[in-house]
Amino acid sequence: MKKHIEGRVWRFADNVDTDQIIPAKYLVTGDRDELAKHAFENVRPEFAEGAKDGDVIVSGGNFGSGSSREHAPRALLGAGITCVIAPSFARIFFRNSINIGLPLIECEIDAADGDILNVDLENGKIANKSTGVEYTFPSLPDFLMKLLDIGLIENTKRKLGTKRSG
Amino acid sequence: MGMTIAEKILAMHAGRGSVSPKEIVDATIDYVMVNDVTGLPAFEVFEEFDATPICEKTVLIQDHYVPNKDVASAEQAKSMRNFARRYGIENHFDVGRGGVCHQIMIEEGFAAPGRLIVGADSHTCSYGALGALSTGIGSSEAASAMATGELWFRVPETQKFTVEGELGDYVMGKDIILNIIGDIGVSGSLYKSMEIYGSAIVLLPLSDRITISNMAIEAGAKCGIIPPDEKVFSYLNDRVIGDYSPVYADEDAEYEDTFEYDAAEIVPMVAKPHLPENVAPASEVDVTIDQAYLGSCTNGRIEDLRCAAEILAGRRVHPDVRMIVVPASKSVFEEALREGLLETFMAADAYVAGPTCGACLGGYMGVLADGERCVSSTNRNFIGRMGHKDSEVYLANPAVVAASAITGRITDPGDI
Ligand code: SF4
Repeated sequence: MKKHIEGRVWRFADNVDTDQIIPAKYLVTGDRDELAKHAFENVRPEFAEGAKDGDVIVSGGNFGSGSSREHAPRALLGAGITCVIAPSFARIFFRNSINIGLPLIECEIDAADGDILNVDLENGKIANKSTGVEYTFPSLPDFLMKLLDIGLIENTKRKLGTKRSG
Repeated sequence: MGMTIAEKILAMHAGRGSVSPKEIVDATIDYVMVNDVTGLPAFEVFEEFDATPICEKTVLIQDHYVPNKDVASAEQAKSMRNFARRYGIENHFDVGRGGVCHQIMIEEGFAAPGRLIVGADSHTCSYGALGALSTGIGSSEAASAMATGELWFRVPETQKFTVEGELGDYVMGKDIILNIIGDIGVSGSLYKSMEIYGSAIVLLPLSDRITISNMAIEAGAKCGIIPPDEKVFSYLNDRVIGDYSPVYADEDAEYEDTFEYDAAEIVPMVAKPHLPENVAPASEVDVTIDQAYLGSCTNGRIEDLRCAAEILAGRRVHPDVRMIVVPASKSVFEEALREGLLETFMAADAYVAGPTCGACLGGYMGVLADGERCVSSTNRNFIGRMGHKDSEVYLANPAVVAASAITGRITDPGDI
């Protein structure tokens, strides 16, 4: 996971649900690149084609609500999204994202489509280079930071390793 | 300091005397469930662990796209069959033996008071109606839970909801929860536990309580717990697997917020597109419909079918409407058959199908076309949820669905 991100903004409103992120009819694969081809297809058809590696999503509150599909953060990672910034996240989406290494930042910021953001995950700072405004956010609890960093799969392997040797 | 139900269940499963909100704990889970959609990614992740699943805690349920709707979904379902066979997982409910995952978790005795249950499906919160702490998770963590029997949890703050009094005719659990969501909004309970009390809840059949807990997630909640009573214990009597011990909140438990409702003021509601918080009394919504859907983990139980059949008996579905009835499980289907309900639906020109999620998530078998409108007993009316991005879903209780199917427009059942 990158600790310093510089990326271009895709701006979304409140209550972006996981059906919008990846419609149910594509839930027949877990492959992030395959899923990315259909990300936001119903609500922002230009996203899948236009998203570039390093882009950032800035959204209103309750991002990722609805279905538990881990396909949603997988599709975003597949599309090259490096982090999502929103005032609040739906809880299953939050867990899924942290578990698979997509950083989420709870912060309300002003940013429009195409703005360039500088994000410092470690020190909790966001600078919108297009508007010149800076923001701070509280970093995640240590446990979640570690999980975000190593990923749930590695974390589970270590846990199983400890159990076996214990 | 006293604890809420969610705090107590988490403390017990984390081997701790007490826990407080916002803490992150590792807790032992009682069951982990995946369905055919969330299963495949979980099985793929599981392969990385070089482990065997804890079979007695693992439940696999085929419901979203079964009977296999196309080759891709067939492959997905096959991966679950293979996983079950490979590890000898007995709790695998395939086509013809199961139904919608949450109904199966309840009917087959996995859900019980005091248990900590996770499922890779957001409506896992349904079992709160039986006094369990159950909540939705993702596929990777389902794999992790199958391997380790544990998972991390953030201890939620708890909100207390009380509904006092008696509900009127055709007012159901659905209307209580739609009222609450209309009131607090779709993120009103984000990360939190809802605890639901009151004389109106005590009077409700278990089926309606499940509808309430089922939709807790539509307010963003982690879980929606109802303190278990005699109705729950007698339901579980000859079906529960293993022992269980009911958990109740302490007198001095600390609630972040309290909300009170008067049951007499609640009327049959609908949630208009595209959010469950867009609620209005059914009598005040004047739109025509193309489809009426009765089914799902929200309202596809025998009590729901009885209620709709009573309204449809001797009547006909409006010629411009197709009504689709999908009992939530094999045993609901069998019971509906025995009671003659399926005959009533068919005589009214409704289409009856075997248990599946299908139309509820716009998967197959009831998908909406551009501009079409559906009144549905399900739990989500998001953009494109049941089909085309410009189709619309109005959420309602089974009585409103049946009444609307007859008139061809959203209708309060009291008006026909
Ligand atoms: S019936 Fe609908 S809400 Fe319930 S589990 Fe199936 S798809 Fe999800």
